Amino acid sequence: MNTIRLLKDKIVRNSSALLLFLSLSVVVFMGLGLVYKSWPLLESESLFRLLTEKIWSPMKGYFGFLPFIAGTLAVTTVALIIAVPLCILTAVYLTEYASKGLRNSILPLINVLAALPPVLYGVWGVLFVVPMIKEYIAPIFGVETSGYSVLAAGIVLAVMIFPIMISIIVEVLQTIPDELKAASLSLGATKWETIQHIILAKAKPGIIAATVLAISRAFGETIAVLMVCGNIPKIPTSIFDAGYPIPALIANNFGEMMSIPLYESALMFSALLLFAIIFLFNFIARIILNRLENKYNG
Amino acid sequence: MHAVSSSKTEKAQDVNTQVQSHIVIRDLNVHIEGKHILKNINLDIPNHSVTSIIGPSGCGKTTLLKTLNRLLEDVSDVSISGSVLVNGEDIYAPDAEVTHLRKKMGLLSQKPFPLPMSIFDNIAYGPKIHGIKNKKKLQEIVETQLRNVGLWEEVKDRLDASATRLSIGQQQRLCLARGLAVEPEIILGDESTSALDPISTQTIENLLISLKDAYTIVLVTHILRQARRVSDYIIFVYNGEILEFGKTEDVLLRPKHEITRQYVKGFIS
Repeated sequence: MNTIRLLKDKIVRNSSALLLFLSLSVVVFMGLGLVYKSWPLLESESLFRLLTEKIWSPMKGYFGFLPFIAGTLAVTTVALIIAVPLCILTAVYLTEYASKGLRNSILPLINVLAALPPVLYGVWGVLFVVPMIKEYIAPIFGVETSGYSVLAAGIVLAVMIFPIMISIIVEVLQTIPDELKAASLSLGATKWETIQHIILAKAKPGIIAATVLAISRAFGETIAVLMVCGNIPKIPTSIFDAGYPIPALIANNFGEMMSIPLYESALMFSALLLFAIIFLFNFIARIILNRLENKYNG
Repeated sequence: MHAVSSSKTEKAQDVNTQVQSHIVIRDLNVHIEGKHILKNINLDIPNHSVTSIIGPSGCGKTTLLKTLNRLLEDVSDVSISGSVLVNGEDIYAPDAEVTHLRKKMGLLSQKPFPLPMSIFDNIAYGPKIHGIKNKKKLQEIVETQLRNVGLWEEVKDRLDASATRLSIGQQQRLCLARGLAVEPEIILGDESTSALDPISTQTIENLLISLKDAYTIVLVTHILRQARRVSDYIIFVYNGEILEFGKTEDVLLRPKHEITRQYVKGFIS
Protein backbone atom coordinates (compact mmCIF):
# COMPACT_ATOMS: atom_id res chain seq x y z
CA MET A 1 0.00 0.00 0.00
CA ASN A 2 2.65 2.43 1.12
CA THR A 3 4.94 1.62 -1.77
CA ILE A 4 2.19 2.48 -4.25
CA ARG A 5 1.62 5.84 -2.56
CA LEU A 6 5.32 6.61 -2.60
CA LEU A 7 5.57 5.50 -6.22
CA LYS A 8 2.73 7.85 -7.20
CA ASP A 9 4.50 10.66 -5.44
CA LYS A 10 7.67 9.92 -7.37
CA ILE A 11 5.87 9.68 -10.72
CA VAL A 12 4.15 13.04 -10.24
CA ARG A 13 7.39 14.67 -9.25
CA ASN A 14 9.39 13.30 -12.15
CA SER A 15 6.73 13.83 -14.78
CA SER A 16 6.18 17.45 -13.78
CA ALA A 17 9.92 18.04 -13.92
CA LEU A 18 9.95 16.50 -17.39
CA LEU A 19 7.10 18.74 -18.53
CA LEU A 20 8.91 21.79 -17.22
CA PHE A 21 12.01 20.74 -19.12
CA LEU A 22 9.98 20.17 -22.30
CA SER A 23 8.34 23.58 -22.25
CA LEU A 24 11.65 25.26 -21.56
CA SER A 25 13.33 23.36 -24.36
CA VAL A 26 10.72 24.63 -26.83
CA VAL A 27 12.05 28.14 -26.22
CA VAL A 28 15.62 26.97 -26.63
CA PHE A 29 14.83 25.13 -29.86
CA MET A 30 12.96 28.15 -31.15
CA GLY A 31 16.06 30.27 -30.61
CA LEU A 32 18.34 27.65 -32.15
CA GLY A 33 16.00 27.24 -35.13
CA LEU A 34 16.02 30.96 -35.78
CA VAL A 35 19.82 31.09 -35.60
CA TYR A 36 20.08 28.16 -37.98
CA LYS A 37 17.65 29.68 -40.48
CA SER A 38 19.26 33.12 -40.40
CA TRP A 39 22.75 31.68 -40.73
CA PRO A 40 23.03 32.19 -44.53
CA LEU A 41 22.44 35.93 -44.08
CA LEU A 42 24.86 36.11 -41.16
CA GLU A 43 27.49 34.40 -43.31
CA SER A 44 27.19 36.91 -46.14
CA GLU A 45 26.98 40.07 -44.03
CA SER A 46 28.51 41.06 -40.75
CA LEU A 47 26.17 41.33 -37.76
CA PHE A 48 27.27 44.92 -37.17
CA ARG A 49 26.41 45.90 -40.74
CA LEU A 50 23.00 44.24 -40.56
CA LEU A 51 22.13 46.14 -37.42
CA THR A 52 23.40 49.55 -38.56
CA GLU A 53 22.59 49.57 -42.28
CA LYS A 54 19.68 51.91 -43.07
CA ILE A 55 18.68 50.60 -46.48
CA TRP A 56 16.24 47.75 -46.87
CA SER A 57 16.06 46.61 -50.46
CA PRO A 58 16.06 42.82 -50.71
CA MET A 59 15.87 42.92 -54.53
CA LYS A 60 19.19 44.68 -54.67
CA GLY A 61 20.61 42.68 -51.83
CA TYR A 62 20.49 45.39 -49.15
CA PHE A 63 19.39 44.10 -45.79
CA GLY A 64 19.48 46.96 -43.29
CA PHE A 65 17.52 46.25 -40.13
CA LEU A 66 17.97 49.59 -38.45
CA PRO A 67 14.64 51.02 -39.77
CA PHE A 68 12.76 48.08 -38.25
CA ILE A 69 14.55 48.26 -34.92
CA ALA A 70 13.89 52.00 -34.84
CA GLY A 71 10.25 51.45 -35.85
CA THR A 72 9.72 48.88 -33.11
CA LEU A 73 11.30 51.07 -30.45
CA ALA A 74 9.48 54.22 -31.62
CA VAL A 75 6.04 52.64 -31.66
CA THR A 76 6.58 50.98 -28.28
CA THR A 77 7.91 54.17 -26.71
CA VAL A 78 4.95 56.24 -27.91
CA ALA A 79 2.57 53.57 -26.59
CA LEU A 80 4.27 53.60 -23.18
CA ILE A 81 4.31 57.39 -22.89
CA ILE A 82 0.55 57.33 -23.41
CA ALA A 83 -0.27 54.20 -21.45
CA VAL A 84 1.86 54.32 -18.29
CA PRO A 85 0.56 57.55 -16.71
CA LEU A 86 -3.03 56.85 -17.78
CA CYS A 87 -2.96 53.32 -16.40
CA ILE A 88 -1.39 54.38 -13.10
CA LEU A 89 -3.98 57.09 -12.58
CA THR A 90 -6.84 54.79 -13.60
CA ALA A 91 -5.67 52.12 -11.19
CA VAL A 92 -5.22 54.69 -8.41
CA TYR A 93 -8.72 55.98 -8.99
CA LEU A 94 -10.20 52.48 -8.97
CA THR A 95 -8.45 51.41 -5.76
CA GLU A 96 -8.37 54.63 -3.76
CA TYR A 97 -11.31 56.77 -4.78
CA ALA A 98 -13.97 54.69 -6.57
CA SER A 99 -16.75 53.03 -4.60
CA LYS A 100 -16.69 49.29 -4.18
CA GLY A 101 -19.62 48.92 -6.58
CA LEU A 102 -17.97 50.93 -9.33
CA ARG A 103 -14.68 49.07 -8.90
CA ASN A 104 -16.37 45.68 -9.04
CA SER A 105 -18.26 46.55 -12.21
CA ILE A 106 -15.36 48.22 -14.05
CA LEU A 107 -12.68 45.57 -13.48
CA PRO A 108 -14.50 42.74 -15.34
CA LEU A 109 -15.16 45.19 -18.17
CA ILE A 110 -11.44 45.91 -18.42
CA ASN A 111 -10.78 42.18 -18.64
CA VAL A 112 -13.20 41.99 -21.59
CA LEU A 113 -11.10 44.66 -23.31
CA ALA A 114 -8.08 42.39 -22.90
CA ALA A 115 -9.93 39.57 -24.63
CA LEU A 116 -10.87 41.54 -27.76
CA PRO A 117 -8.96 40.23 -30.81
CA PRO A 118 -6.20 42.57 -32.02
CA VAL A 119 -7.72 42.90 -35.48
CA LEU A 120 -10.63 44.80 -33.93
CA TYR A 121 -8.21 47.32 -32.48
CA GLY A 122 -6.63 47.56 -35.90
CA VAL A 123 -9.98 48.31 -37.54
CA TRP A 124 -10.70 50.93 -34.89
CA GLY A 125 -7.29 52.43 -35.61
CA VAL A 126 -7.89 52.62 -39.37
CA LEU A 127 -11.43 53.98 -39.06
CA PHE A 128 -10.88 56.39 -36.21
CA VAL A 129 -7.28 57.03 -35.11
CA VAL A 130 -5.68 57.41 -38.54
CA PRO A 131 -8.24 59.98 -39.85
CA MET A 132 -8.14 61.81 -36.52
CA ILE A 133 -4.36 62.23 -36.78
CA LYS A 134 -4.57 63.28 -40.43
CA GLU A 135 -7.44 65.76 -40.02
CA TYR A 136 -7.00 67.15 -36.54
CA ILE A 137 -3.78 66.34 -34.69
CA ALA A 138 -1.14 66.77 -37.41
CA PRO A 139 -2.51 70.17 -38.59
CA ILE A 140 -2.05 71.53 -35.06
CA PHE A 141 1.67 70.94 -35.48
CA GLY A 142 1.62 72.08 -39.11
CA VAL A 143 2.50 68.66 -40.41
CA GLU A 144 1.02 66.89 -43.40
CA THR A 145 0.62 63.16 -43.01
CA SER A 146 -1.48 60.30 -44.29
CA GLY A 147 -2.30 59.48 -40.70
CA TYR A 148 -0.69 56.05 -41.00
CA SER A 149 2.12 56.76 -38.61
CA VAL A 150 4.14 55.89 -35.53
CA LEU A 151 1.67 57.96 -33.51
CA ALA A 152 -1.31 55.98 -34.81
CA ALA A 153 0.39 52.70 -34.03
CA GLY A 154 1.41 54.01 -30.60
CA ILE A 155 -2.14 55.06 -29.74
CA VAL A 156 -3.64 51.76 -30.86
CA LEU A 157 -0.96 49.84 -29.01
CA ALA A 158 -1.44 51.95 -25.86
CA VAL A 159 -5.15 51.17 -25.84
CA MET A 160 -4.33 47.50 -26.31
CA ILE A 161 -2.02 47.38 -23.30
CA PHE A 162 -4.38 49.34 -21.04
CA PRO A 163 -6.26 46.30 -19.74
CA ILE A 164 -3.22 44.25 -18.75
CA MET A 165 -1.49 47.23 -17.13
CA ILE A 166 -4.55 48.45 -15.29
CA SER A 167 -5.49 45.08 -13.89
CA ILE A 168 -1.95 44.30 -12.73
CA ILE A 169 -1.46 47.73 -11.15
CA VAL A 170 -4.86 47.48 -9.43
CA GLU A 171 -3.79 44.15 -7.96
CA VAL A 172 -0.48 45.62 -6.82
CA LEU A 173 -2.20 48.60 -5.19
CA GLN A 174 -4.67 46.32 -3.43
CA THR A 175 -1.81 44.51 -1.68
CA ILE A 176 -0.70 47.71 0.06
CA PRO A 177 -1.87 47.45 3.67
CA ASP A 178 -4.56 49.91 4.81
CA GLU A 179 -2.53 50.52 7.95
CA LEU A 180 0.30 51.99 5.87
CA LYS A 181 -2.12 54.44 4.29
CA ALA A 182 -3.58 55.14 7.73
CA ALA A 183 -0.07 55.87 9.02
CA SER A 184 0.39 58.58 6.43
CA LEU A 185 -3.15 59.97 6.75
CA SER A 186 -2.90 60.13 10.52
CA LEU A 187 0.15 62.38 10.19
CA GLY A 188 -2.16 64.85 8.52
CA ALA A 189 -1.25 64.01 4.92
CA THR A 190 -3.96 64.43 2.31
CA LYS A 191 -5.07 61.49 0.24
CA TRP A 192 -3.11 62.71 -2.78
CA GLU A 193 0.07 63.18 -0.70
CA THR A 194 -0.40 59.66 0.60
CA ILE A 195 -0.84 58.31 -2.92
CA GLN A 196 2.16 60.23 -4.23
CA HIS A 197 4.69 59.56 -1.48
CA ILE A 198 3.56 56.29 0.05
CA ILE A 199 1.32 54.23 -2.19
CA LEU A 200 3.15 54.81 -5.48
CA ALA A 201 6.55 54.45 -3.79
CA LYS A 202 5.52 51.15 -2.27
CA ALA A 203 3.97 49.99 -5.54
CA LYS A 204 6.94 51.00 -7.70
CA PRO A 205 8.35 47.48 -8.24
CA GLY A 206 4.87 46.21 -9.12
CA ILE A 207 4.25 49.07 -11.51
CA ILE A 208 7.57 48.38 -13.23
CA ALA A 209 6.71 44.69 -13.48
CA ALA A 210 3.35 45.59 -15.06
CA THR A 211 5.12 47.90 -17.50
CA VAL A 212 7.58 45.17 -18.45
CA LEU A 213 4.75 42.75 -19.21
CA ALA A 214 2.97 45.41 -21.23
CA ILE A 215 6.12 46.27 -23.18
CA SER A 216 6.75 42.62 -23.99
CA ARG A 217 3.24 42.46 -25.35
CA ALA A 218 3.74 45.72 -27.26
CA PHE A 219 6.99 44.57 -28.88
CA GLY A 220 5.28 41.54 -30.34
CA GLU A 221 1.90 43.00 -31.27
CA THR A 222 1.50 42.52 -35.00
CA ILE A 223 -1.82 42.80 -36.78
CA ALA A 224 -3.25 45.93 -35.18
CA VAL A 225 0.05 47.75 -35.54
CA LEU A 226 0.71 46.82 -39.15
CA MET A 227 -2.77 48.03 -40.10
CA VAL A 228 -2.02 51.60 -38.98
CA CYS A 229 1.75 52.10 -38.91
CA GLY A 230 2.30 52.83 -42.59
CA ASN A 231 4.84 50.08 -43.27
CA ILE A 232 7.58 52.13 -44.88
CA PRO A 233 11.08 50.82 -44.18
CA LYS A 234 12.66 54.14 -43.23
CA ILE A 235 13.84 55.38 -39.89
CA PRO A 236 10.99 57.56 -38.57
CA THR A 237 12.14 61.08 -37.70
CA SER A 238 8.88 62.26 -36.16
CA ILE A 239 5.85 60.58 -34.67
CA PHE A 240 3.89 61.59 -37.77
CA ASP A 241 6.20 59.56 -40.03
CA ALA A 242 5.31 56.04 -41.01
CA GLY A 243 7.15 53.30 -39.20
CA TYR A 244 7.76 49.62 -39.79
CA PRO A 245 8.12 47.46 -36.67
CA ILE A 246 9.71 44.01 -36.87
CA PRO A 247 6.55 41.90 -36.33
CA ALA A 248 4.86 43.78 -39.18
CA LEU A 249 7.85 43.05 -41.43
CA ILE A 250 7.56 39.34 -40.79
CA ALA A 251 3.78 39.19 -41.12
CA ASN A 252 3.70 41.29 -44.30
CA ASN A 253 6.37 39.39 -46.17
CA PHE A 254 6.45 35.84 -44.94
CA GLY A 255 5.53 33.42 -47.66
CA GLU A 256 6.06 35.96 -50.42
CA MET A 257 9.06 36.51 -52.63
CA MET A 258 10.85 33.56 -51.16
CA SER A 259 12.67 33.17 -54.48
CA ILE A 260 14.98 36.04 -53.71
CA PRO A 261 18.16 34.63 -52.23
CA LEU A 262 18.66 35.38 -48.56
CA TYR A 263 15.17 36.86 -48.22
CA GLU A 264 13.81 34.06 -46.09
CA SER A 265 16.97 34.11 -44.10
CA ALA A 266 16.59 37.86 -43.55
CA LEU A 267 13.04 37.46 -42.25
CA MET A 268 14.26 34.73 -39.89
CA PHE A 269 16.98 37.05 -38.72
CA SER A 270 14.40 39.74 -37.96
CA ALA A 271 12.47 37.19 -35.89
CA LEU A 272 15.69 36.35 -34.07
CA LEU A 273 16.22 40.04 -33.48
CA LEU A 274 12.77 40.40 -31.89
CA PHE A 275 13.48 37.34 -29.78
CA ALA A 276 16.75 38.85 -28.60
CA ILE A 277 15.26 42.30 -27.89
CA ILE A 278 12.51 40.82 -25.72
CA PHE A 279 14.97 38.59 -23.86
CA LEU A 280 17.40 41.40 -23.26
CA PHE A 281 14.64 43.70 -22.16
CA ASN A 282 13.20 41.26 -19.64
CA PHE A 283 16.67 40.56 -18.33
CA ILE A 284 17.36 44.25 -17.70
CA ALA A 285 13.94 44.69 -16.12
CA ARG A 286 14.64 41.79 -13.77
CA ILE A 287 17.85 43.42 -12.60
CA ILE A 288 16.12 46.76 -11.97
CA LEU A 289 13.33 45.03 -10.07
CA ASN A 290 15.73 43.11 -7.87
CA ARG A 291 17.52 46.33 -7.00
CA LEU A 292 14.27 48.10 -6.14
CA GLU A 293 13.00 45.23 -4.05
CA ASN A 294 16.24 45.09 -2.11
CA LYS A 295 16.20 48.79 -1.46
CA TYR A 296 13.13 49.04 0.74
CA ASN A 297 12.15 45.49 1.53
CA GLY A 298 15.47 44.09 2.58
CA MET B 1 -27.08 66.74 18.29
CA HIS B 2 -24.90 68.37 20.88
CA ALA B 3 -27.30 67.89 23.75
CA VAL B 4 -25.86 66.37 26.89
CA SER B 5 -28.58 64.32 28.44
CA SER B 6 -28.06 60.65 29.12
CA SER B 7 -27.32 59.29 32.54
CA LYS B 8 -24.11 57.71 31.28
CA THR B 9 -22.72 61.15 30.53
CA GLU B 10 -23.33 62.24 34.08
CA LYS B 11 -21.49 59.20 35.31
CA ALA B 12 -18.63 59.96 32.99
CA GLN B 13 -18.48 63.50 34.24
CA ASP B 14 -18.44 62.34 37.85
CA VAL B 15 -15.05 60.86 37.22
CA ASN B 16 -13.70 64.07 35.83
CA THR B 17 -14.89 66.65 38.22
CA GLN B 18 -11.33 67.45 39.13
CA VAL B 19 -9.65 66.96 35.76
CA GLN B 20 -9.93 68.80 32.48
CA SER B 21 -11.27 66.82 29.54
CA HIS B 22 -9.30 66.86 26.33
CA ILE B 23 -11.71 64.85 24.23
CA VAL B 24 -15.45 65.01 24.79
CA ILE B 25 -17.74 62.55 23.01
CA ARG B 26 -21.48 63.15 22.91
CA ASP B 27 -24.20 60.78 21.66
CA LEU B 28 -21.87 59.06 19.25
CA ASN B 29 -23.43 56.35 17.12
CA VAL B 30 -21.58 54.44 14.43
CA HIS B 31 -23.09 52.09 11.89
CA ILE B 32 -20.84 50.05 9.60
CA GLU B 33 -22.54 48.24 6.71
CA GLY B 34 -25.87 48.52 8.50
CA LYS B 35 -24.60 47.14 11.81
CA HIS B 36 -24.83 49.28 14.91
CA ILE B 37 -21.21 49.14 16.11
CA LEU B 38 -21.07 51.97 18.66
CA LYS B 39 -24.19 52.84 20.64
CA ASN B 40 -24.80 56.21 22.33
CA ILE B 41 -21.25 56.82 23.42
CA ASN B 42 -20.76 59.67 25.89
CA LEU B 43 -17.28 60.12 27.21
CA ASP B 44 -14.88 62.68 28.65
CA ILE B 45 -11.26 61.71 28.16
CA PRO B 46 -9.04 63.53 30.66
CA ASN B 47 -6.06 65.66 29.74
CA HIS B 48 -2.46 64.51 30.27
CA SER B 49 -3.19 60.97 31.33
CA VAL B 50 -3.33 57.49 29.90
CA THR B 51 -6.82 56.13 29.23
CA SER B 52 -7.17 52.50 28.18
CA ILE B 53 -10.09 51.10 26.25
CA ILE B 54 -10.62 47.45 27.15
CA GLY B 55 -13.26 44.91 26.25
CA PRO B 56 -13.83 41.58 24.49
CA SER B 57 -12.81 41.19 20.83
CA GLY B 58 -15.25 42.70 18.39
CA CYS B 59 -16.85 44.96 20.99
CA GLY B 60 -15.98 48.16 19.11
CA LYS B 61 -12.77 49.22 20.89
CA THR B 62 -10.81 49.94 17.72
CA THR B 63 -13.81 51.55 16.02
CA LEU B 64 -14.10 53.91 18.98
CA LEU B 65 -10.42 54.79 18.69
CA LYS B 66 -10.68 55.37 14.94
CA THR B 67 -13.64 57.74 15.30
CA LEU B 68 -11.31 60.01 17.28
CA ASN B 69 -9.15 60.89 14.27
CA ARG B 70 -11.78 60.28 11.60
CA LEU B 71 -9.87 57.35 10.10
CA LEU B 72 -13.10 55.41 10.03
CA GLU B 73 -14.43 57.38 7.10
CA ASP B 74 -12.10 55.65 4.68
CA VAL B 75 -13.89 52.39 5.31
CA SER B 76 -16.82 52.09 2.96
CA ASP B 77 -20.42 52.34 4.10
CA VAL B 78 -19.98 54.04 7.45
CA SER B 79 -22.48 56.38 9.04
CA ILE B 80 -21.50 58.40 12.07
CA SER B 81 -23.75 60.64 14.15
CA GLY B 82 -23.09 62.61 17.30
CA SER B 83 -20.12 64.77 18.09
CA VAL B 84 -16.48 64.41 19.11
CA LEU B 85 -15.01 67.57 20.60
CA VAL B 86 -11.26 68.02 20.80
CA ASN B 87 -10.37 71.15 22.77
CA GLY B 88 -14.01 72.11 22.36
CA GLU B 89 -13.95 71.88 18.55
CA ASP B 90 -16.29 69.38 16.91
CA ILE B 91 -14.15 67.29 14.59
CA TYR B 92 -17.26 66.07 12.76
CA ALA B 93 -18.50 69.58 12.06
CA PRO B 94 -18.99 70.14 8.31
CA ASP B 95 -16.23 72.77 8.18
CA ALA B 96 -13.72 70.77 10.25
CA GLU B 97 -10.51 70.18 8.32
CA VAL B 98 -9.52 66.56 8.52
CA THR B 99 -5.77 66.94 7.89
CA HIS B 100 -5.53 69.58 10.60
CA LEU B 101 -7.23 67.46 13.24
CA ARG B 102 -5.33 64.31 12.32
CA LYS B 103 -2.10 66.22 12.79
CA LYS B 104 -3.14 66.72 16.39
CA MET B 105 -3.26 62.97 16.97
CA GLY B 106 -0.40 60.55 16.58
CA LEU B 107 -1.55 57.04 15.76
CA LEU B 108 0.41 53.98 16.80
CA SER B 109 -1.02 50.93 15.07
CA GLN B 110 -1.01 47.24 15.99
CA LYS B 111 2.00 46.38 13.93
CA PRO B 112 4.65 48.90 12.99
CA PHE B 113 4.17 50.16 9.44
CA PRO B 114 7.30 52.10 8.51
CA LEU B 115 6.82 54.22 5.40
CA PRO B 116 8.69 52.93 2.32
CA MET B 117 11.62 55.32 2.77
CA SER B 118 14.70 55.85 4.90
CA ILE B 119 14.75 56.14 8.69
CA PHE B 120 15.37 59.88 8.40
CA ASP B 121 12.55 60.41 5.92
CA ASN B 122 10.12 58.42 8.02
CA ILE B 123 10.40 61.07 10.73
CA ALA B 124 10.80 64.02 8.35
CA TYR B 125 7.78 63.03 6.23
CA GLY B 126 5.17 64.59 8.55
CA PRO B 127 6.96 67.89 9.17
CA LYS B 128 7.73 68.16 5.42
CA ILE B 129 4.07 67.77 4.51
CA HIS B 130 3.20 70.51 6.94
CA GLY B 131 5.59 72.86 5.24
CA ILE B 132 8.95 72.59 7.00
CA LYS B 133 11.53 72.71 4.21
CA ASN B 134 14.63 73.87 6.10
CA LYS B 135 17.13 71.00 6.16
CA LYS B 136 18.69 71.96 9.46
CA LYS B 137 15.32 72.24 11.12
CA LEU B 138 14.34 68.81 9.80
CA GLN B 139 17.58 67.30 11.09
CA GLU B 140 16.85 68.80 14.48
CA ILE B 141 13.34 67.35 14.55
CA VAL B 142 14.58 63.91 13.51
CA GLU B 143 17.25 63.86 16.20
CA THR B 144 14.93 65.16 18.93
CA GLN B 145 12.21 62.65 18.18
CA LEU B 146 14.59 59.72 17.82
CA ARG B 147 16.09 60.67 21.18
CA ASN B 148 12.58 60.94 22.61
CA VAL B 149 11.92 57.29 21.86
CA GLY B 150 15.44 56.15 22.73
CA LEU B 151 16.32 55.18 19.18
CA TRP B 152 18.96 57.82 18.38
CA GLU B 153 22.00 55.95 19.65
CA GLU B 154 20.90 52.80 17.80
CA VAL B 155 20.34 54.38 14.39
CA LYS B 156 22.33 57.62 14.23
CA ASP B 157 24.93 56.09 11.90
CA ARG B 158 22.41 54.71 9.43
CA LEU B 159 19.72 57.33 9.06
CA ASP B 160 19.75 56.77 5.30
CA ALA B 161 19.08 53.06 5.60
CA SER B 162 15.64 51.67 4.84
CA ALA B 163 13.36 51.69 7.87
CA THR B 164 12.27 48.12 7.15
CA ARG B 165 15.73 46.85 8.17
CA LEU B 166 15.13 47.76 11.80
CA SER B 167 13.90 45.14 14.25
CA ILE B 168 10.18 45.14 14.85
CA GLY B 169 10.56 46.76 18.27
CA GLN B 170 12.75 49.49 16.81
CA GLN B 171 10.22 49.96 14.02
CA GLN B 172 7.43 50.54 16.51
CA ARG B 173 9.50 53.14 18.34
CA LEU B 174 10.28 54.74 14.97
CA CYS B 175 6.55 54.90 14.25
CA LEU B 176 5.98 56.57 17.61
CA ALA B 177 8.72 59.10 16.86
CA ARG B 178 7.17 59.68 13.42
CA GLY B 179 3.86 60.49 15.07
CA LEU B 180 5.48 62.80 17.62
CA ALA B 181 7.32 64.72 14.89
CA VAL B 182 4.14 66.51 13.77
CA GLU B 183 3.70 67.78 17.36
CA PRO B 184 0.39 66.18 18.21
CA GLU B 185 -1.53 66.72 21.44
CA ILE B 186 -2.96 63.25 21.61
CA ILE B 187 -1.46 59.80 21.06
CA LEU B 188 -3.77 57.01 19.97
CA GLY B 189 -2.51 53.47 20.36
CA ASP B 190 -4.31 50.50 18.81
CA GLU B 191 -2.98 47.41 20.61
CA SER B 192 0.40 48.89 19.86
CA THR B 193 2.44 46.22 21.59
CA SER B 194 0.59 43.14 20.39
CA ALA B 195 3.25 42.29 17.79
CA LEU B 196 6.21 42.99 20.06
CA ASP B 197 8.40 40.86 22.30
CA PRO B 198 8.23 41.43 26.08
CA ILE B 199 11.28 43.71 26.22
CA SER B 200 10.12 45.94 23.37
CA THR B 201 6.65 45.97 24.95
CA GLN B 202 8.12 47.23 28.18
CA THR B 203 10.10 49.91 26.34
CA ILE B 204 6.96 51.18 24.59
CA GLU B 205 4.92 51.08 27.82
CA ASN B 206 7.57 53.09 29.67
CA LEU B 207 7.73 55.56 26.80
CA LEU B 208 3.98 56.07 26.89
CA ILE B 209 4.02 56.61 30.66
CA SER B 210 6.84 59.14 30.31
CA LEU B 211 4.96 60.95 27.53
CA LYS B 212 1.74 61.50 29.44
CA ASP B 213 2.98 64.70 31.03
CA ALA B 214 2.96 66.29 27.60
CA TYR B 215 0.25 64.32 25.79
CA THR B 216 -3.18 62.85 26.27
CA ILE B 217 -2.90 59.16 25.54
CA VAL B 218 -5.70 56.80 24.54
CA LEU B 219 -4.87 53.12 24.15
CA VAL B 220 -6.83 50.14 22.98
CA THR B 221 -5.55 47.01 24.64
CA HIS B 222 -6.73 43.48 25.20
CA ILE B 223 -4.08 42.85 27.85
CA LEU B 224 -5.52 43.66 31.26
CA ARG B 225 -2.12 43.65 32.94
CA GLN B 226 -0.97 46.26 30.45
CA ALA B 227 -4.03 48.39 31.16
CA ARG B 228 -3.22 48.13 34.87
CA ARG B 229 0.45 49.00 34.33
CA VAL B 230 0.09 52.03 32.12
CA SER B 231 -3.32 53.61 32.49
CA ASP B 232 -4.84 56.14 34.84
CA TYR B 233 -8.36 55.54 33.55
CA ILE B 234 -10.10 52.57 32.00
CA ILE B 235 -13.05 52.43 29.64
CA PHE B 236 -14.78 49.07 29.47
CA VAL B 237 -16.64 48.60 26.20
CA TYR B 238 -19.10 45.76 25.75
CA ASN B 239 -21.26 45.19 22.66
CA GLY B 240 -20.70 48.70 21.40
CA GLU B 241 -21.64 50.37 24.67
CA ILE B 242 -19.56 51.87 27.43
CA LEU B 243 -20.38 49.80 30.47
CA GLU B 244 -17.89 51.33 32.79
CA PHE B 245 -15.48 54.24 32.90
CA GLY B 246 -13.36 55.22 35.85
CA LYS B 247 -10.01 55.26 37.56
CA THR B 248 -7.95 52.16 36.78
CA GLU B 249 -8.10 50.68 40.27
CA ASP B 250 -11.84 51.32 40.53
CA VAL B 251 -12.68 49.53 37.30
CA LEU B 252 -10.30 46.64 37.86
CA LEU B 253 -10.74 46.12 41.60
CA ARG B 254 -14.22 47.42 42.30
CA PRO B 255 -16.21 47.05 39.07
CA LYS B 256 -19.80 48.24 39.28
CA HIS B 257 -21.16 45.92 36.61
CA GLU B 258 -21.38 42.17 36.77
CA ILE B 259 -20.13 41.87 33.16
CA THR B 260 -17.09 44.02 33.91
CA ARG B 261 -16.34 41.85 36.94
CA GLN B 262 -16.55 38.69 34.81
CA TYR B 263 -14.31 40.22 32.13
CA VAL B 264 -11.72 41.38 34.63
CA LYS B 265 -11.65 37.93 36.20
CA GLY B 266 -11.15 36.35 32.80
CA PHE B 267 -14.54 34.70 32.36
CA ILE B 268 -15.27 36.58 29.12
CA SER B 269 -12.68 37.23 26.50
